[in-house]
Amino acid sequence: MIRFVVSRLIGMVLVLIVVSMVTFLIFQAVPLLAKSSPVYYYIGKAPATPELLQSLTHRFGFDQPLPAQYWSYLAGFFGKSVTDGTSAAVQCPFPCFGYSFRRNELVSTLIGQALPVTISLAVGAAILWLIGGLTVGTLSGLKPGSLVDRAGMTGALAAVSLPIFFTGPVALLIFVYTLGWLPDNNGYVDITQNPVGWFLSLLLPWICLALLFAALYARLTRSNVLETMNEDYIRTARAKGLDRRTIVVKHGLRAALTPVVTIFGIDIGGLIGTTIITETVFNLRGLGTLSIQAIRDLDLPVLLGVTVVAAFALVIANFIVDVLYGFIDPRVSV
Amino acid sequence: MSLSGPTEFEAVAADDGLAGSGLQGDGNPAPDATAPGIAGRSLWAIAWRRLRRDKLALAGGVVIVLFILAAVFADPLAALYLNIVGRGSETFATAHNTPPRNVLDELTLLPVGAFSGASAKFWLGVTPQAGLDILTNLLYGARTSLVIAGLATALSLVLGVLAGVIAGFYRGWIDGVLSRIMDVLLSFPTLLFSLALVSVSSIITTSSFARYAVIVFVLGFFSFPYIGRIVRGQVLSLREKEFVEAARSLGAGNARIMFREIAPNLVGPILVYTTLAIPNNILGEAGLSFLGVGVVPPTPSWGQMLSDAGGFIQVDPFYIFLPGLAIFITVLAFNLFGDGLRDALDPKARR
Repeated sequence: MIRFVVSRLIGMVLVLIVVSMVTFLIFQAVPLLAKSSPVYYYIGKAPATPELLQSLTHRFGFDQPLPAQYWSYLAGFFGKSVTDGTSAAVQCPFPCFGYSFRRNELVSTLIGQALPVTISLAVGAAILWLIGGLTVGTLSGLKPGSLVDRAGMTGALAAVSLPIFFTGPVALLIFVYTLGWLPDNNGYVDITQNPVGWFLSLLLPWICLALLFAALYARLTRSNVLETMNEDYIRTARAKGLDRRTIVVKHGLRAALTPVVTIFGIDIGGLIGTTIITETVFNLRGLGTLSIQAIRDLDLPVLLGVTVVAAFALVIANFIVDVLYGFIDPRVSV
Repeated sequence: MSLSGPTEFEAVAADDGLAGSGLQGDGNPAPDATAPGIAGRSLWAIAWRRLRRDKLALAGGVVIVLFILAAVFADPLAALYLNIVGRGSETFATAHNTPPRNVLDELTLLPVGAFSGASAKFWLGVTPQAGLDILTNLLYGARTSLVIAGLATALSLVLGVLAGVIAGFYRGWIDGVLSRIMDVLLSFPTLLFSLALVSVSSIITTSSFARYAVIVFVLGFFSFPYIGRIVRGQVLSLREKEFVEAARSLGAGNARIMFREIAPNLVGPILVYTTLAIPNNILGEAGLSFLGVGVVPPTPSWGQMLSDAGGFIQVDPFYIFLPGLAIFITVLAFNLFGDGLRDALDPKARR
């Protein structure tokens, strides 16, 4: 078991290094391909004089070879002093993602501000879709062809075909603008200041995001349950005279829902990317809107930071799933 | 495309069962309903029969055909429409460069009248501010969707099948390397990364063709591990089958075994994957355009139309419903057809 965990950990670090390396390379090398200096995209304008360009290039370290630059980025993660491009050196403590010259702020500060929004959105939606998807999927899978099954699967099929950038505005139109059931606060409300407002401000984003995933989970769960309930060992359990509840809960669902664990971990880990559209639609200032803004400004340090954080979340989630899986199903670790 | 009928299916199915010697020829074992006794039916004939009975899947197929026709014949269809409404002198390009008069309110730049100013001259009205004809925009948006989703799917298919077949066939370190690459790719925050790539590529060039290419690459490249894994798993088991041994004993080389003997057996899963990947890529393209990093205006895109409509939703929800419905119906059709196809091809499906 320990060997399994250790090998997974090593793999995880490798993946992170590859992801950060590729991201870094794209951001540092592409401006060079375009025969312009990355300095331009760091400070957001052309430097006033060639001398200034030269000195900034040196100060940012762009005159060094790419591997050295990457190493300095990687090593700097544990804290270093970065230049803010004008005069003073800024202390950048762990975890250091560099400095955003567009916003005059440490990237880690910006990410720290945005993270609670994205986490609130992700956790709430995940709870909703897990409950909804598993319930509908299990009920449908246990009684294929029933009314619940047909209604659930039709709804699920419609839901996977509806993009959030369509359902979101329509939901806003109906529940906020027309019916007025929810306040039009246009954005995120801090949970520590106003828990009720926080809940209301996130209700529609949760539902819209969860709807998509719930539909996918319902379909997956249904087919797993359907398949499992046709297995020989279920028939054996039935032949033994076990009551239906025991068969379904102890024998059926345990096997049928194991694959869902994998998918759930990956989906949760990938949510930082997936929430971009939801955050944009509902004007929530999370990591998604932060990255979109960074893209519009070509604010490369911020974009690099968010991408690395997102990859980190994904890799951690994969790792947890793998280890959990190793416990649930001992065959995996062999 | 998959509606072309059972003959194509059966030709492929000749490799099923005891087939695959490579010497068998493509004799077409079409079921003959009038033949006395028991006629053998290939897997594909059975699948086609099942699919034909699945009304929803067929409806999806019809919508897909209409969607493809609209995308391919966008030019003549737009010309026909413009002629009917008496704007024959306009073309798609001029309709975009010169917003038509008397349709937009001069002050607010909003269309005059409800339903986005729909009238006999503009059947679905015009967009606010730019004053573009929504019907032609939707028509050409279908072309954008189809071209990008189609090319992206093709890219992921080619990469995925190549990687999957090679990894599954050679096993060992080749499989190790390819599988590791696919695992790493699946750990990429895809959407974020796509956004970054598109925006960085705009530093180099802002041509709309380059943007097309980057979007296709981003959508296709990051999704190839999905089909790659499926194919790899299938090949791992197929390579142990007798027909592979038979082919080898007849002196067939690795390349022939991989692509002539094994690959045809993968047509089923690949077809299902294709029909389910296309709607995903349609949504992907729309999503990128919605976020402002999709195709460059004036190339119409449904996602971009939705994005533009967002600011006017309280004025007239019609703008958002039209492109939204277009996406929904198209994606739903592909999903219905893909589901039907999967059920039809699944030997374990209910009898």
